[in-house]
Amino acid sequence: MSAPPESPAPKREPGEWKPKILGVLCNWCSYAGADLAGGGRIQYPPDVRVVRVMCTGRIDALFVLKAFADGADGVLVSGCHFGDCHYLEGNFKGAKRMFMVKRLMKSIGLDDRRFRMTFVSASEGAKWGAVITDVVKTINELGPSPIKEFSK
Amino acid sequence: METKKEAKHEAPAKQEVKTQAPAAKDAAAPVKTGPSEKPRIGVFICHCGTNIAGSMDIEAVGEYSKTIPNVAYVDNYKYMCSMPGQAVINKAIKDNKLTGVVVAACSPRLHEPTFRTATKEGGLNPFRFEMANIREQNSWVHMHDQEGATDKAKDAIRIAVAKASLLQDLFPKAVPVEHAAMVVGAGVAGMQAALDLANAGIKTYLIESQPTIGGRMSQLDKTFPTLDCSQCILTPKMVDVGRAANIELMTYSEVDAVEGYIGNFDVTIRKKARGVLTPAEAEARGIVGGGCNGCGDCEPVCPVIKPNEFEVGMKPRRAIYISHPQVVPLIYTIDFDSCIKCGLCVTACGPEKKAVDLEAKDEFVKVKVGTAILATGYDMFPVEKKTEWGYKKFENVISSLEFERLICASGPTSGHLVRPSDGETPKRVAFVLCAGSRDNTGNGKPYCSRFCCMYSLKHAHQIYEKIPGVQAYLFYMDIRSFGKMYEEFYYRIQDEGAKFIRGRVANILEDPKTKNLHVHTDDTLLNRPVDMEVDLVVLAAAVQPKEDTNRTRKLFGVSCSMDGWLLEAHPKLNPCGTTTAGVFLAGVCQGPKDIPDTVASAEGAASAASIPIHKGEVELEPYFATCIEERCAGCGMCISLCPYSALALVEKEGRTVMEVTEAKCKGCGTCGGFCPGGAIWMNHFATPQIVAQIDAFLLGGEQ
Repeated sequence: MSAPPESPAPKREPGEWKPKILGVLCNWCSYAGADLAGGGRIQYPPDVRVVRVMCTGRIDALFVLKAFADGADGVLVSGCHFGDCHYLEGNFKGAKRMFMVKRLMKSIGLDDRRFRMTFVSASEGAKWGAVITDVVKTINELGPSPIKEFSK
Repeated sequence: METKKEAKHEAPAKQEVKTQAPAAKDAAAPVKTGPSEKPRIGVFICHCGTNIAGSMDIEAVGEYSKTIPNVAYVDNYKYMCSMPGQAVINKAIKDNKLTGVVVAACSPRLHEPTFRTATKEGGLNPFRFEMANIREQNSWVHMHDQEGATDKAKDAIRIAVAKASLLQDLFPKAVPVEHAAMVVGAGVAGMQAALDLANAGIKTYLIESQPTIGGRMSQLDKTFPTLDCSQCILTPKMVDVGRAANIELMTYSEVDAVEGYIGNFDVTIRKKARGVLTPAEAEARGIVGGGCNGCGDCEPVCPVIKPNEFEVGMKPRRAIYISHPQVVPLIYTIDFDSCIKCGLCVTACGPEKKAVDLEAKDEFVKVKVGTAILATGYDMFPVEKKTEWGYKKFENVISSLEFERLICASGPTSGHLVRPSDGETPKRVAFVLCAGSRDNTGNGKPYCSRFCCMYSLKHAHQIYEKIPGVQAYLFYMDIRSFGKMYEEFYYRIQDEGAKFIRGRVANILEDPKTKNLHVHTDDTLLNRPVDMEVDLVVLAAAVQPKEDTNRTRKLFGVSCSMDGWLLEAHPKLNPCGTTTAGVFLAGVCQGPKDIPDTVASAEGAASAASIPIHKGEVELEPYFATCIEERCAGCGMCISLCPYSALALVEKEGRTVMEVTEAKCKGCGTCGGFCPGGAIWMNHFATPQIVAQIDAFLLGGEQ
């Protein structure tokens, strides 16, 4: 790498709010894609913390809701493209539940843009960088989660 | 039909699951409530040289780690994966009575096995280990954000410690491996892989969708840079494959369904209706001494004429045909899409052989194999998509594969290169390289197809050899002659008189009277436009994955990269493996390769595929689901969610509860992600463990 590229992370003052975003990734596609982004030194903002599961089918809707209840500003679930699931169809079943979560969020008045499911394959390192950049941008625009304010 | 019976070495028929440690049952019992002792976690932070240490404050991460609940020991080292690094872990486990280990380093997809071994050597169960990825998903992607990377690493370690505190002893189960393998695709890669496996004493099923084996290589005339005749070096291999006792060759067949896992794949093969009986099939029907012997009496009487795909449509064939004289197996095939069932071939075949069966139907065969190799090969890019070059519009613009057949002595013109428009011998021939390769217009392929430079050089040589006074022009971007003796071959063709014009061909126009072609480009070395009149244009078309690669790969659970080539487990260190254990890749299906590289990759895949078979058993990761019976309401919702039919409802002590067949469970956790009662415990990814990770991130450790 020659000249250091412009860091995609917005410059923040000390003590300024930083979004807390949980990423739940499947082992075979998105986690591998995120690793590939690393190998390719694709730079993206550092606001997402990752929990690895074997398949997005493992993700209980309650995990997402627990994260929001704990004060997460955003949650990202990412898995294989449809038809590419390592376990045949786990991502379909996971996605179905995630739609339910989105509906639930809307009905309780929580902006459903705070929660996103994406499909990033093991070969899409660059896409992973774009996804994270966009997720962080969205959460930055939405600001701190209102749930955190209520619990104070 | 159960072909498995012929297998030389039968694996134990019983699918018994051996548990390695006899104490596994007892160890699995207390799991549901978590380990009773207070967790003592060791955190080991890797610098990875400057890979990690260069982007974050390791000192601060280490100091922070000491404040995380349950952490009993913190250390860091320059290279945690090195022998001294692993010794640090080993010693710390013993000295500090650790119950769990967290290594903050690279991706678990890279070094989890290494550190599990280190954990085991320290006296802990290897599954008491958790990795915090602070390289691929941190230091490498936040290279210029020291503060952000440091904070993220602290969180990652806190999350990992939370999980490590709840991890339990797990024991991988060993399952026996069927002493048989499968190779899908019988081009040069598949044949080589099958021969290697067979020679290693493994029963091998070789599946080919075409009526004959040989693949693309059998269509080629000569091979670069040695110029040996492709058929001459390939046909002995084809004959070997046909003869090998350990190879069960299934041509005109496709994989229809795959079930199971490494060591125990149940594969259903569709044998397409061939309409002609092999001697063995005839004997099975009681026609003694019957079946096709390849005499060819049926062919001339067939009234249907179709283009021969093997000759790229430049030679006719009948509805009952063999695509070329050297086919293996030498059995005729009826193309039922064009057969009119007149019955003339039945008469011609005669009452002794009785080989023709016009009522043949597709048959399904089930076989059991331990490992499988995909060698599905490639198709030519449909170069007519690049309309500016006029392929399929101008008669004298041909593709490189058509050139191979025209220059081949066994081809439609007996090796005389002619212009399709008038049958004249061309005196000026243009070769357009990168025809669809290295093309970012969206209309072609962005990658280099790797062997077109070299075969175009070979084509130029072939016309100099065969046509006196001919002039070859090669329009190129770069000549990529990277292999052994390739660059020397390039010099040789230059010396033979071929002209190299560096420039992408802008368009090709036809003179309607003479049918000659005008090739327009910019000569980027002389910096001037070129309008070259030639008699024949050969497009060195790009290659792309075979049409049904996508279908086949999904059956085996193999991913593909963005351009459609099958995805290897690691591009450098595991180029033949895939993310599905027991499935390997050989040849061009993984990415463009010339013949030497294809054969090398096939031998690599065969060697890799034979390892589990020779070992006799494989260890499966113990990530399977278990039922917490006291919580199970027996609703059965999970049963329909399981894609492997691993779950069932059973009666236990007067209650209906779910039961898991561990050998079938692959540990995806789809059942555990839904269970309304939280009654499913996913080993290593249990709900309390994941919730602890979420809580640790969001509630723990305000910094």
